[in-house]
Amino acid sequence: MTNAHGNTFPLVSHEEIGATLTLVFREEAGKVVGALLRILGNFEIAEEMVQDALLVALERWPVEGIPERPGAWLLTVARRRAIDQLRRDARYRDKLAQLEHAVVHEPDDRLRLMFTCCHPALSRESQVILTLRAVCGFTTAQIAHAFLASEVAVARRLVRARQKIVQAGIPYRVPRDEDLDERLSEVLAVLYLLFNEGYLTSTGSAATRRDLAEDAAWLCAFLTRLYPREPEALGLLALMRLHLARADARFDATGSLILLAHQDRTLWDRRMITEAGALLEQAAALGRPGPYQIQAALVACHAEAESWQVTDWLQILALYDLLLGMAPSPVIRLNRAVALRYVAGPEAALAEVEALAQDLEGYHLFHAIRGAFLLEIGQREQARAAELRALALTGNQAEQSLLHQRLLHREEARPGLSGASPG
Amino acid sequence: MKYVLLFCGASQDLEAWQALSEEVRTRKREQAAQWMAEHRSQIRSHHALHLPHTITSVHVGAGGQPLVTDGPFLEGTEVIGGMAEIEVADLDEALQLAKTWSALAPGHPVVEIWPVVEE
Repeated sequence: MTNAHGNTFPLVSHEEIGATLTLVFREEAGKVVGALLRILGNFEIAEEMVQDALLVALERWPVEGIPERPGAWLLTVARRRAIDQLRRDARYRDKLAQLEHAVVHEPDDRLRLMFTCCHPALSRESQVILTLRAVCGFTTAQIAHAFLASEVAVARRLVRARQKIVQAGIPYRVPRDEDLDERLSEVLAVLYLLFNEGYLTSTGSAATRRDLAEDAAWLCAFLTRLYPREPEALGLLALMRLHLARADARFDATGSLILLAHQDRTLWDRRMITEAGALLEQAAALGRPGPYQIQAALVACHAEAESWQVTDWLQILALYDLLLGMAPSPVIRLNRAVALRYVAGPEAALAEVEALAQDLEGYHLFHAIRGAFLLEIGQREQARAAELRALALTGNQAEQSLLHQRLLHREEARPGLSGASPG
Repeated sequence: MKYVLLFCGASQDLEAWQALSEEVRTRKREQAAQWMAEHRSQIRSHHALHLPHTITSVHVGAGGQPLVTDGPFLEGTEVIGGMAEIEVADLDEALQLAKTWSALAPGHPVVEIWPVVEE
């Protein structure tokens, strides 16, 4: 089957088309937006035109097949639209001629685009939405789906963020050396947020859902290719790979979370874990430790342990102390308390957790972890109350399911309620 | 790109300013003036403003008649102590300029950067 553009891939199933479109958009959208932005100097127009082109592709490619050079196809459609729209605008007269011969300058165009979308003058939320739309080629509907927001709300935020870039004069360029640390850490923070959002909700994926975690890891790999001497970018990539390597073991057949202690470690991707270890060594050799590198080292401790029983908790505790020294946060203290449990016992860990009550009252994992420690020291009623609180606070289905199971299991084990023997 | 910088502070910044000795305040005013002079290639005009209790507001009152009131219209305890119109290449250059002010922080520790609508 061929279409008006000549060459096509053979048509395959609807799902396969969806998956292929995702990969093609991720690969091509940012390049095309970047190229138009370089020529026009106007983020609003460049981003809007490419989004239009993506929507045309979404309609036509599943029917006509995907063109052999999808990036060139998107660039052609987007620049035709831009020419139509700008023809009457005197300010763009000189630029129209350049548009006719638009070419993509990879990787510079995409890199500049990333720095623009993650400019510190934009709120984190705007940075995230802009990155997904302009760099990764998400549609508004996909962003709304990923963040459980309405399309109208996402669209409104996008309009305002794009206006800010244009009207406030946010530049389109790679930051100067003296600003690079700050600007790179903004980009890494956005990627980490995207990754976590995708990683926590990677079950029950509908056809419309794109895997944020995969997109984030892909962008992070792109960054490390351009900045091979930036240890935190390498550290973040190692961290993401270490999580992804163990993704298959995190859920059971019903989509419920399996805790680390109970995961089948033969399902872990050993090769990816080894590669992540190599990334971490490459980062460490640069001699500038940072929070992402330490977090990756922490996860590596678990990933490299042959079983839960042989986990090196002392090493983990030491890494948490290092991390707290760099980036103090109650959530990190909470995680440290879990390591402390295996070094100093549940009472000591519980005391540490109780000290965080004020900061973490609204955080479901605070209550889940507190519940687990209370149970260990025999405070069954208090443990149950804590776990119910955790259940009420999480919106994540897989986590809800795990907490449900724990509570139910215990109810069944209570003599007098179900008649089962206590266990 | 043109921007207006608003030099702002909270009411406690103002109190802290007033608690300073006249000698220190004079020195800080000189520092601010020096900052303006150092960046005159970017600053087109600048003004220091008197304290909020000297402000007068003119509103559209009943029947479209102007209504004059004593005091500021903008609510809140924040204070604008001065403003500067600047012309620079882009927001990054404006940010760089504003950061050098923040490092100096003479009485008004916050700088708001307002992009100006270009004709």
